[in-house]
Amino acid sequence: MATEHALIAASVPAFPPAGADPFVPRLARIASCRHDSGEVWTLDIREELPQSASFRPGQFNMLTVFGVGEVPISFSGAPAASDRLLHTVRAVGPVSTALVQLPLGASVGVRGPFGNGWPVAEAAGQDVLIVAGGLGLAPLRPVIYELLANRARYGRIAILYGTRGPDEILFRRELESWRREGRVELHVTVDHATSGWDGNVGVVTTLVSRARFDPGHTIGFVCGPEVMMRLTSAALRSSGVADEAIYLSLERNMKCAVALCGRCQLNGVLVCREGPVFRNDRARSLLAHKEL
Amino acid sequence: MEGLERIIREHRFFAGLDERITSLVSGCAKNVRFEAQQYLYHHGDAADELYLLRHGRVALEIAAPGRGALMFQTVEEGDVVGASWLVPPYRWQYDARALELTRAIAIDAQCLRGKCESDHDLGYEMMKRVVQILVERLQATQLQMLDVYGH
Repeated sequence: MATEHALIAASVPAFPPAGADPFVPRLARIASCRHDSGEVWTLDIREELPQSASFRPGQFNMLTVFGVGEVPISFSGAPAASDRLLHTVRAVGPVSTALVQLPLGASVGVRGPFGNGWPVAEAAGQDVLIVAGGLGLAPLRPVIYELLANRARYGRIAILYGTRGPDEILFRRELESWRREGRVELHVTVDHATSGWDGNVGVVTTLVSRARFDPGHTIGFVCGPEVMMRLTSAALRSSGVADEAIYLSLERNMKCAVALCGRCQLNGVLVCREGPVFRNDRARSLLAHKEL
Repeated sequence: MEGLERIIREHRFFAGLDERITSLVSGCAKNVRFEAQQYLYHHGDAADELYLLRHGRVALEIAAPGRGALMFQTVEEGDVVGASWLVPPYRWQYDARALELTRAIAIDAQCLRGKCESDHDLGYEMMKRVVQILVERLQATQLQMLDVYGH
């Protein structure tokens, strides 16, 4: 058995130092895998050689399941805790399914962080609207952590969250604790519910009129399915929030993540490099191409 | 009546209407309250009142075979419950149930329809507002049917 281990070890290539080549994944291990809801899981990944640099909210990593493939997954944890990489994954494809089925301690590959991230610094002194749909709450959670870590810098903070049903609400305990502490205004709605649910039912856009904010001094961060983001940004504009103060995260099929392969190209824009976060005046024209 | 007229004038549904019109509407209005879990109306009932919510929340529900009552929308303060009162055959198409103590202004639909017929300025204003609700409801239904979070 010892010989077999030695053979396997000898066949594993030596990984170069972290950051040496953006195409070479760094080794990491699964520290925990928590079931959030339905097909959604949150992985806690620890790198074998922790990175000194932190990530920015809205950035993503490329996670490799060796022998299966690689997927882009946004960070969903606190940027300050960068030795503990949290990624929230919907297990629907072969790689994401394999990822959440890995045993604790299993090795995964990590490339990143990639992408531009949310412009959290621009929110200083303003009211902040976080509008999330479904799994879109995960890439926005690091923003919320950062806002709450420096709460006094911002005006009102409202989280508007819509999802399919009550059983699919992500990070439920955390949301409730933020609301209970009074640090954010929280509105949650679901598309459908049975009579046991006493919260809101309806699409997330209906929550915009319920939140308290000063539209002239508000920044909106929106993440979710594209149709939801399109309608939400329209609702924000109708409420008086300027296009220039609305940001959306456009997910595309990232492959190389370093703007070389062109797989994530959207009307001439390489989303992995220039995005995934775009200001609405730019995002709107990109989203208008339905064939893309 | 003074109090009712003021409440109606300040309600979001009637925003921007002049006093002559809100005065006409007030003549058909009364205060109502519903305890938690009390139904405002049931599917198939005559749509003989329109409700302007002042406080509380109401669930709009449809019954699906084998699945019980399904909530498709909740409405709250500032919202209006129901559009069927303006469209024949004037029957509710779903149930409305108070989720908590709910206070509302109920407007007699027959009275208001009569005033809309005889005063087309009022009728047009009401039609514009109801159409707005219907369009919002239609857009929401499209999103719900797309099941955008499931993919």
